[in-house]
Amino acid sequence: MDNYAIEMLNITKKFPGIIANDNITLRLKKGEIHALLGENGAGKSTLMSILFGFYQPDGGEIKKDGKKVEINNPNDANALGIGMVHQHFKLVECFTVLDNIILGVETTKGGFLQKKEARQKVLELSKKYGLSVDPDAVIENITVGMQQRTEILKMLYRDNEILIFDEPTAVLTPQEIKELMAVMKSLAAEGKSILFITHKLAEIMEVADRCSVLRKGKYIGTVDVKDTSPEQLSAMMVGRDVSLAVEKKPAQPGDVVLDIKNMSVASKRSKKDAVKNVSLQVRRGEIVCIAGIDGNGQTEFIYGLSGLEPVKSGLIMMNGKDITHMPIRKRLVSGMSHIPEDRHKHGLVLDFSLEDNIVLQRYFEPEFTDKFGFLKRNAIREYANKLIKQYDIRSGQGPATKARDMSGGNQQKAIIAREIDKNPELLIAVQPTRGLDVGAIEYIHKQLVAQRDAGKGVLLVSFELDEVMNLADRILVMYEGEIVGEFSPDKVSVEELGLYMAGSKRMEVGAHE
Amino acid sequence: MLLLIQYTLIFASVLVLVALGGCFSEHSGVINIGLEGIMVIGALGGALMMKFLGGEAPAAVVILLVVLSSVLAGILCSLLLGVAAIHFKADQTLLGTALNLLGAAVAVVLVRAINLAEDLDNVSSTIKYGEAKKAFIIRIGDFEFNWFMLIAFVALILAYIVLYKTKFGMRLYACGEHPQAADSVGINVYKMRYAGVMISGALGGLGGLVYITAGVSEWKFENGVAGFGFLALAVMIFGQWKPVNIGLAALLFGFFRALSNVYTGFDFLLSLKLPSVIYNMLPYIISLMVLVFVSKKSRAPKAEGIPYDKGQR
Repeated sequence: MDNYAIEMLNITKKFPGIIANDNITLRLKKGEIHALLGENGAGKSTLMSILFGFYQPDGGEIKKDGKKVEINNPNDANALGIGMVHQHFKLVECFTVLDNIILGVETTKGGFLQKKEARQKVLELSKKYGLSVDPDAVIENITVGMQQRTEILKMLYRDNEILIFDEPTAVLTPQEIKELMAVMKSLAAEGKSILFITHKLAEIMEVADRCSVLRKGKYIGTVDVKDTSPEQLSAMMVGRDVSLAVEKKPAQPGDVVLDIKNMSVASKRSKKDAVKNVSLQVRRGEIVCIAGIDGNGQTEFIYGLSGLEPVKSGLIMMNGKDITHMPIRKRLVSGMSHIPEDRHKHGLVLDFSLEDNIVLQRYFEPEFTDKFGFLKRNAIREYANKLIKQYDIRSGQGPATKARDMSGGNQQKAIIAREIDKNPELLIAVQPTRGLDVGAIEYIHKQLVAQRDAGKGVLLVSFELDEVMNLADRILVMYEGEIVGEFSPDKVSVEELGLYMAGSKRMEVGAHE
Repeated sequence: MLLLIQYTLIFASVLVLVALGGCFSEHSGVINIGLEGIMVIGALGGALMMKFLGGEAPAAVVILLVVLSSVLAGILCSLLLGVAAIHFKADQTLLGTALNLLGAAVAVVLVRAINLAEDLDNVSSTIKYGEAKKAFIIRIGDFEFNWFMLIAFVALILAYIVLYKTKFGMRLYACGEHPQAADSVGINVYKMRYAGVMISGALGGLGGLVYITAGVSEWKFENGVAGFGFLALAVMIFGQWKPVNIGLAALLFGFFRALSNVYTGFDFLLSLKLPSVIYNMLPYIISLMVLVFVSKKSRAPKAEGIPYDKGQR
């Protein structure tokens, strides 16, 4: 008989209007790495939240070592030896690494904190598993990789036996991912049982022993990884065959649409500039992609380019016109479209209706406003309905739906409809597929390629290397606010890109074309 | 000169107590701009107890009971904020404002009712407590030492130890910075926030008592506490939510407040021939200027003001 560390049997969890987990069974063997695969919204997070005690299931039971257990809160989970590295780290930014590790399980003597032994234990653990951290470093000053190691140490410090990794590779460079895989393997070899949540097939193939697949809240099946292929896993996850690669013809670059010369943008957080002396060009009919790890100045770069933040120095030319200090609306009417990184903050007014969001950049045009300054509601409704149909934006109440009540994918479609229908010269897209499922990603990629083929300049910022490799005609790597490399996607490997993204390699790049 | 030091210390004591109160509340994640209202209610609690005790009871008993009643009054008042902000997740800025209005109004209504019941011709909102107040003061030569100076100093040291050296402090801090993180390691965020708010009530109430006993022997509750709750907030921000800095900031602000009481004793200040209102305005003007320059760089607890919702992660 198999030895299971944790069994989740027939788990059902309902939320108003949706069954997030429908009779799901997941069995984790002792000492194995078990991958949990599924698209966004497949119910992975809900299932893990149940295991970690954030939610109570409406049906089903959880067994630890064959015995039935109740997990009512994270404390219970911890007592059972279950630990989790959350996708968004649960670290207090102004605390040190050590303080974060001991938080919640502090040792005290006479009411005072005792950190000496804790430090000893942390150092031992970090040596044993090759998790290098500086216990006295403050979280906000260390790299994402080290933050993740802190999270792993947090679990080990609590002597957890069952370790959940929730999308741990999303924030890492290819090199860091390799290190993490090695750590996970060594943990499993030590007898820890690991649940590895992901939607990246390559990682599953590399590190996992078995894989369970969820789709739309339902349990699809569990397979031995050595007997399966990425294609089979992908088909199980999506329910149909998807083309993971984007089909596109070779680019035919035309005139320069965007010409940035020596742009610098000040940082809000430190004295150093967030964007340093960046020069680049985007031509009609090409997709230029800025690759890099989150937080290397991409956000500030886009803020500077779109006018959300003033640039410190440099020149931005669009279609030969200097737009460096142009107000945002002027930039937008003169041919810039911007699909922002944070669709809730900069993309939509969440409490406005879908139709109002759709005309957000055009309401002042005579088409939508009469000569007395009143909005032409009928015209707006008509226009919104046209776009809703054309871009297949789905929502509960059509154009009157509040943006807040729409799904992420449809919110993004609304933004894309608005930005593309403006018929821009330059389309800026920042992380356009973040948090979307495979179907929506496919759609958005197609739209971007279509814009390129229609002769627009497309500037894409992405943290996903797959997306970069698939879409870009030209790749620029940004590291600590500088462009440190320029590549053609068919002449560079993911590993090579990773080295540039991590700052261990760089080349001299200028606007030399 | 001695008088200036004496007043500086006593007003600094008020500011230290109240600002520390704000500091605890905000480190737990709840913005407390209702400190002004809490001070008034705390002052009322203390004043009523002093009125009740009169001049007969031994000093130690008076100190204990009066402090206790203002602390309790303060806690009770802060719980209004606590329940609404933590349990019902209401907007903390609005709550604080409401608390300020409520505190002053409740105090006036109560005191008037009490005064009227005692004497039908007395419609004032003043409480006299000159006799009982003597218990707090020890004369050392010309210097009037006030026990509250010591209490404030002890509170400052305790606050430092609690916040930085104990388990409670570390957890409180975590709740104000990243409540989801605290929750995920099994800390009850709601409990910690209640604790933070109640400590701010206790210290705020006590601060109110100290303020009304500083220098006068009766208090007209229509005056509230003259914006000292807000001044304390300025001290807290200037002190960057850190006890030691708060202590220093309180001394600075206390000094300017004291100046308006005693500037007539300094010849060179008198020779400037500035109207007294200028001195009265000084602490408030300084606080305004300080905030303008400091607030841009200030680092408030990250999650303060955001009601914690378990479901949202």
